[in-house]
Amino acid sequence: MTPRPPTPSTIPSKLTVNLVLPYDSLLSAKEVDMVIVPATTGQMGVLPGHVATIAELKPGVLTVHEGNEVKKYFLSSGFAFIHANSVADIMAVEATPLDQIDSSLVQKGLTEFTQKLNAASTDVEKAEAQIGVDVHSALNAALTG
Amino acid sequence: MAMAALRREGRRFAAPLISNNPINPFRSSFAPAEEQALLGVRSISTQIVRNRMRSVKNIQKITKAMKMVAASKLRAIQTRAENSRGLWQPFTALLGDTPSVDVKKNVIVTITSDKGLCGGINSTSVKISRGLRKLNSGPDQESKYVILGEKAKAQLVRDSKKHIELIITELQKNPLNYTQVSVLADDILKNVEYDALRIVFNKFQSVVSFLPTTATVLSPEVVEREAESGGKLGELDSYEIEGGETKSEVLQNLTEFQFSCVMFNAVLENACSEQGARMSAMDSSSRNAGDMLDRLTLAYNRTRQASITTELIEIISGASALQG
Repeated sequence: MTPRPPTPSTIPSKLTVNLVLPYDSLLSAKEVDMVIVPATTGQMGVLPGHVATIAELKPGVLTVHEGNEVKKYFLSSGFAFIHANSVADIMAVEATPLDQIDSSLVQKGLTEFTQKLNAASTDVEKAEAQIGVDVHSALNAALTG
Repeated sequence: MAMAALRREGRRFAAPLISNNPINPFRSSFAPAEEQALLGVRSISTQIVRNRMRSVKNIQKITKAMKMVAASKLRAIQTRAENSRGLWQPFTALLGDTPSVDVKKNVIVTITSDKGLCGGINSTSVKISRGLRKLNSGPDQESKYVILGEKAKAQLVRDSKKHIELIITELQKNPLNYTQVSVLADDILKNVEYDALRIVFNKFQSVVSFLPTTATVLSPEVVEREAESGGKLGELDSYEIEGGETKSEVLQNLTEFQFSCVMFNAVLENACSEQGARMSAMDSSSRNAGDMLDRLTLAYNRTRQASITTELIEIISGASALQG
């Protein structure tokens, strides 16, 4: 593993982002201006020089701002580490660019899981249905918002 | 004429060229194999040599095929293993790698293959697991095994049966994916009490080189303890926590996620090492079979030529006996 750079004395101009998934590294050591991560406490913007943070992520949209281009990925939960040396590691189980998501399937999934939630009897079933509803409503919000 | 008759009978005889007995032409032409045994066998019958050659050639074909199969499986899984290497690096950047941590409850997760014929990688993993156990045995320390794969089960059940917590086999029945490994990790975390999990596997460096590695994952309580005492995890307290009710809840989710990520990479790397080791084992096996085939071919030719020479000698000495 390549060693990480030490904490610089001045705030660097760019943020180095690593976006890793189990089957691929989508972004590795990419220099960007800002990322917005979907933390459980809400959307969190990260700029270079951000204070060191460990953030738990919920299903939502990751936005990467590089100059004038903005790339959006939908993340299924994970973790984000922001280190003091302006390196951000984002680990998710799945990440897809928004244009690859089919909105009709999202609607279908949402209605299906809402029905399951209403019909659920045991705690386990309720939890599973709740997760399905959360993910699909986040997908919906991502596509429409 | 005698030669034609011999051939029709399908008999082959070894030539007692170097035998001490004088060659009696009529006797040796029709001598059955048992008489040769009585005389003292100096060379083998060509039939036996031919049988051996056939079986060695078949083995060579089989091992060559196994090498090809292993090579194609390796190609398929190697890219996935290399892509998964980025997954555990952020965790190590945050929490560091502390194999020398001193804890009460160690759990050693040994990852091996189900199938054999893959060289010595499984034995090395088991040796290291045993070594780790010895290293972490103290007055109030205990180590338990969680075994993945048939090969480790066969070796560890013999002498450490009461220290084994969980045995999981047939991991590669379906292609490896993250969902399966995370369910497995969840099972282990639920059923086993641990302070530190040490995952032993073979890291894939190249087709001919595999490094036995151990990855250490600490439980949330140990992480907090180490963070307070300073050292490698000392900087953990400087990180702000976003999300979750308490820090310990987030730390728990973090360590569980870390375990499943590290396990995923470990399982993939071990699978790659298994295929690579099998490739080189089958390659050396086919090479050995080829060498053996060469030696047998030489022996066969020597035997065949000697028997032809014997026949000729018999005929000629018979003819000269008739003349003179």
